[in-house]
Amino acid sequence: MAKLESSFKNMLVSLFGVTLIASAALGLVYDATKAPIAQTEAKKQEMALASVLPEYDRLGDVIKVLPADGKDSIEIYPAYGPNNEEVASAVKSYTYSGFSGYIEIMVGIDPNGEITGFQVLKHAETPGLGSKMNDWFSNAEKPGQNVIGRSFNDGAIQVSNDGGKVDAITAATITSRAFLDALNRANRCLDSAWETDAESGATQQINGKNSDDDVASSEQ
Amino acid sequence: MNQWKNFTKGFIKENPVFVLLLGMCPTLGTTGTAINGLGMGLATTFVLVMSNLVVSLIKNLIPDKVRIPAFIVVIATFVTIVEMVMQAYLPSLYESLGLFIPLIVVNCIVLGRAEAFASKNNVKSSVIDGAGIGLGFAFALTILGSVRELLGSGKVFDITIYPENYGMLIFILAPGAFIALGYIIAVINRLNKKNA
Repeated sequence: MAKLESSFKNMLVSLFGVTLIASAALGLVYDATKAPIAQTEAKKQEMALASVLPEYDRLGDVIKVLPADGKDSIEIYPAYGPNNEEVASAVKSYTYSGFSGYIEIMVGIDPNGEITGFQVLKHAETPGLGSKMNDWFSNAEKPGQNVIGRSFNDGAIQVSNDGGKVDAITAATITSRAFLDALNRANRCLDSAWETDAESGATQQINGKNSDDDVASSEQ
Repeated sequence: MNQWKNFTKGFIKENPVFVLLLGMCPTLGTTGTAINGLGMGLATTFVLVMSNLVVSLIKNLIPDKVRIPAFIVVIATFVTIVEMVMQAYLPSLYESLGLFIPLIVVNCIVLGRAEAFASKNNVKSSVIDGAGIGLGFAFALTILGSVRELLGSGKVFDITIYPENYGMLIFILAPGAFIALGYIIAVINRLNKKNA
């Protein structure tokens, strides 16, 4: 078959044909992979929840809080024990101050303000340096760097360079600061969520704008 | 053309990374570990084979003046397919490769093969060419990834060879990629010279 000449009509028809077939193919693949992608995400969430929380019977409704110093809301997953008492809450928190920007973490905080566990969900930190967050901050053999079991009651958790008590990852202080920033943000939002809860008596979803003000006031 | 030669030229003689120095962005960006290099190489191989196949099939239906946009649409389609399938079934690899998957669209190796080979040859030769070049790319990325992972963190494919603390961190970072690549190219050149 001879090659089509570059007339306007030929160009139009062939480009239209190529893009039409391409979009049809993509539509099919999108449909086929939609369910597996959603499943993978849900499984990841479930595993993260299980790894940061102590044993629990059921999860409460998700609470969304908008922190004063951020644009994205933070999700709180309260977990309850067999007698309906709160065992801990998992908070999905984030920070933008990582060495490569965005870091998303899930952290479990019990009613006494102690960290029950954490998991880094998303990050783009330097491999071999900042990417060690998960192992470094949960190393039970090195109490200086382990954050699990630490309490927020004495104020924000900080790295030792800033006068705090946590040893930063060697050669990755910026990442360590960002990680703790995400932890502290989780705690602030959790506090503000419970405060609003107590004041208004509402137990469900918290209006984003109100909680914004609350976080701001609780930080002053 | 001898099909076997057509297939094997991608490994040493016309290796896209070590000899032609094409596709440097994913080469330097994704080879922090051997498994990432291999995953990136195989994703690119799939895109190369499929886009070469389709381009050689439709080469006579595409007028010359719009061939580049048509080829790019074909390539982008397969890249998006790879991206979605990887997100569904290989989430950990998808996360570690991140932005580099969609960037396969602009990988000069893929468009280069479509333009220089598939648009001038028949379907069979084009598919074999795509597979050869793609596997050569995967091979190069795996070698580079293994070297960097071994020197940087003492592991290859996550199997510990020596304790991580003795690793030279620079090899995991971008400068180490340049250094390791330079030495590997030197070795390949030496081998090619010997054969000639």
